[in-house]
Amino acid sequence: MTMSEMIIQLGQTLFSTLRDVLPIAVILFGFQFAVIRKPIPNMARVIIGFIWVLIGLSLFLIGLEWALFPLGRLMAEQLTDPAFIAGADQIKMVTGAVQSVDWLDYGWVYLFAFLIGFSTTIAEPSLIAVAIKANEVSGGSIGIWGLRIAVAIGVAVGISLGCYRIVAGDPIHWYIMVGYVVVVIQTLYAPKLIVPLAYDSGGVTTSTVTVPLVAALGLGLAETVPGRNPLIDGFGLIAFASLFPIMSVMAYANLTQWYSRRQKKIDAD
Amino acid sequence: MLGSVRDLAPIILVILFFQLVVIQQPLPNIVQLITGLLFVLLGLTFFIHGLEQGLFPIGESMAHAFARKGSAGWLLTFAFALGFGTTVAEPALIAVAAEAAKVVAEGNMIEPSSESRASYANGLRLTVAFSVGLAIVLGVFRILKGWPLQWFIIGGYILVVIMTAFAPKEIIGIAYDSGGVTTSTITVPLVTALGVGLASSIKGRNPMIDGFGLIALASLTPMIFVMAYGMITL
Repeated sequence: MTMSEMIIQLGQTLFSTLRDVLPIAVILFGFQFAVIRKPIPNMARVIIGFIWVLIGLSLFLIGLEWALFPLGRLMAEQLTDPAFIAGADQIKMVTGAVQSVDWLDYGWVYLFAFLIGFSTTIAEPSLIAVAIKANEVSGGSIGIWGLRIAVAIGVAVGISLGCYRIVAGDPIHWYIMVGYVVVVIQTLYAPKLIVPLAYDSGGVTTSTVTVPLVAALGLGLAETVPGRNPLIDGFGLIAFASLFPIMSVMAYANLTQWYSRRQKKIDAD
Repeated sequence: MLGSVRDLAPIILVILFFQLVVIQQPLPNIVQLITGLLFVLLGLTFFIHGLEQGLFPIGESMAHAFARKGSAGWLLTFAFALGFGTTVAEPALIAVAAEAAKVVAEGNMIEPSSESRASYANGLRLTVAFSVGLAIVLGVFRILKGWPLQWFIIGGYILVVIMTAFAPKEIIGIAYDSGGVTTSTITVPLVTALGVGLASSIKGRNPMIDGFGLIALASLTPMIFVMAYGMITL
């Protein structure tokens, strides 16, 4: 890519981010002036903040497009490539039994799914935002990193299980329904304060960084696993990535509660 | 800046490990790669800075102003506008809607012409945006009333399960995914600040219990509405 191409792309991304932010800004300022009819406190700072968000998001997106997405997509393709899968299990190729898929052949795919799910979630800007808020509101008892790691583990497990589902070819709704049942049971036992935050962390995990990489992985798998239809089986990874963090965040809360109770007991003794 | 380095380190390690150890291919285009990484780092740093300067304060100050004004009607109108307005232009949603139109066209459920596909995708987009607007309205109403979030979420789950039984098979995967894609990087901080701000300015509400939950509702309603859309249009 030449320098001028880079600059053009930079301009385009800035423009499209502006187009995304504009309706939000119109709604916010429209209501502020027409309904609330009071000047915004620290108006100048807020506007400068918006400009920082705009520039930051544009740079972030373009950087992802240049550095991480091409590699991530390429790797999703290479890892799901039948030649790579078969390479791990050449005897099978010789006997010609390729038609029946053995889910164990996809070990690297699950590992990749787990690690990429974890690492993209750690870098997800909207999760950072929610974690900052939760830390502030809870008076520090919910750690920013604790929450982020809990969510990231949830996404990682969700995406690897989702990949397994595509390889195995099971219908998605059974998984989702069992997940719902688990969430409902956990809701009964989790500390009350964490429940809304846990539900929220399901939705925040999947935005800028995770969706493009995960979608590429799902479609790549569905295209190359024999007998899968990308149109039916390729979807659903994002649903898994939004369901499992709910469980992991509630589990994290139970764990910290248990730990602090035990700590108190030890102190009391 | 240092924080952003730490945020991105895992992703870089994972990609390097798989590229060099598992796939065993050299990294293509090193210069572009490094510039890109530098941009991602700067971008994340600027974004977080802007978040604390701009998005969080405005979301909260508006929540407080609406609470003081005491007009539930305007607050709910604002909630709907925010949900609908931020979703309808969401690029991830546009992509998913186009994909969904392709699926149903190939399944011969609508005419395979490009006009009918465009109108299907458009309808889907409006449906999802409407459902997110409704979710924020419902969520804000819940904060005002102090109702427990669990009932809404579990009720929503039951509805999703029931509708799964009746919705066309092709739409189910897309419907489940559409819940996750609607909440963008700018919407999440704003909506969170709005909810927490409201809960902390209304007496008797706990920002932890009542303030969160808007995002959860906004990821649940699209599943229900997309399946309904699939059932009605086919």
